[in-house]
Amino acid sequence: MTRPLASIVGAAETTRLGVLPDMSELDLHADAALNALADCGLTPADIDGIATAGENPAMLAQYLGITPTWVDATNIGGCSFMTHVAHAAAAIRAGLCRTVLITHGESGRSRVGHVPWTVPPHSLMGQFELGYTPTMAATLFTLPALRYMKTFGVTEEDLARVTVVQRQWAGFHPRAFRRDPVTIDEVLASRMIAWPFRILMCCLVTDGGGALILTAPDRAADFPTRPVDVIGTGESVEHLMITEMKDYTSSRAFRVAGDQAFAAAGIDRADVDHLMIYDAFAHVPLYGLEALGFVKPGEAAGFIADGHTAPGGRLPMNTNGGGINYMHSGMYGMYALQEAVRQMRGTAPQGAQVRDARISVVQGVGGMFGTAGTVILARR
Amino acid sequence: MLRGSLPEPTPQTAWFWDATRRGELYVQECTACGGRHFPPRPFCPACGGREVTALKCSGRATLWSYVINHMVPKGGDGPYVVAVVRLEEGPLMMTNIEGCPQTPEALPLDMALEVVFEPVSETITLPKFRPAADSNGAGA
Repeated sequence: MTRPLASIVGAAETTRLGVLPDMSELDLHADAALNALADCGLTPADIDGIATAGENPAMLAQYLGITPTWVDATNIGGCSFMTHVAHAAAAIRAGLCRTVLITHGESGRSRVGHVPWTVPPHSLMGQFELGYTPTMAATLFTLPALRYMKTFGVTEEDLARVTVVQRQWAGFHPRAFRRDPVTIDEVLASRMIAWPFRILMCCLVTDGGGALILTAPDRAADFPTRPVDVIGTGESVEHLMITEMKDYTSSRAFRVAGDQAFAAAGIDRADVDHLMIYDAFAHVPLYGLEALGFVKPGEAAGFIADGHTAPGGRLPMNTNGGGINYMHSGMYGMYALQEAVRQMRGTAPQGAQVRDARISVVQGVGGMFGTAGTVILARR
Repeated sequence: MLRGSLPEPTPQTAWFWDATRRGELYVQECTACGGRHFPPRPFCPACGGREVTALKCSGRATLWSYVINHMVPKGGDGPYVVAVVRLEEGPLMMTNIEGCPQTPEALPLDMALEVVFEPVSETITLPKFRPAADSNGAGA
């Protein structure tokens, strides 16, 4: 393993998750930020780097009273926060700042103070996709799935099983939105959204936020929390329009970001104890397991069916229940990072905590398979 | 008919929309590397060459992947297909599939399709697809 790139010394989600009609999006950012600052004993005056997506970081700096010497407003969808971790680590190493705050807040369900995602009619997406009336991610992100299913013989039951297994993990998390056990039959009987996707194969739409605080590895011991080291990062972009995805059976952005992160960390797939794959919809973990090299193309559904990602399995995956069960405000990446930090700190809820977990891989996705960010974390 | 938001052409795409209004479908081909691409742009995304020509399509395509959208907007008749087709010339294109039931049984992947042109405003005609007349009845 190579020397850590940076260390996460503060991490927290918003005080509440779920349905929060009393919280604006900006205040979700602030609540998460204040919780993360409290987590590591800092105040806004200690922060000299700030990164966020959705909200303008200038507004956040103003609101929180931060005077940064480094700012990152990268917004490439739900994996933006993985890229913020990568960029913050590089900025700290380059001496541009010492202590970085990364925030996320989103009123995805209640839409209070929400910054909407708009597609102008003169954009390429507006011209060449919207006329066919796709309605949001549930019809665009899911478009490659049938080609994948036909190529590899993957069934609707296989998609449903992703939800079923991840619900087992959610059952351990008091803050998870959907916690009750669910069967494959129940998933397949749930309301149709966009065939072959039923509502229980789709991510939640909820309100919440989260924040991280990063600093240099040699400063990490000065904080009250157990440091979590960032040992590898990667990012890539393939497209914005799903019709420009070259291979509907595998995400190029996933592969490029993952390979870069593993190379940076200097570890093998076999070294990984814990895995988070941004599950906007039930097919995404299948693509992720394959693109990250944990299984060969076409093997992911069988890998899950054999129990390897479930509680007690050899590669626990999406141990908070994922975006399908835990929470998903629209940009889920922050919550995947939060769960990985809990696992590396050893503070995940009883039952969900992976014993002796030392290395966690967090895979984010943005747009409709269009962008990706990978972060590899290690327990100190 | 269900109506998505209407495209607003730019100076770089107006020629494409002029063509669909005439009942013609085009992709682009790079003079330097032969790469074919869609949507239109005045250069080649494979090699960066600025010399690209318009290649008139046959109108034949195959069904590459799709979903049947049950979140039907106001004014819609019922679940409808949002599809991606592979044009005979190579590139993928988003579209709707018409002239057949909007069901998995009627829509096997790789089925043969042909283009139809649907005027949706004075300036915009959308290319859509239906089961090919000479296909073996798949989806008919």
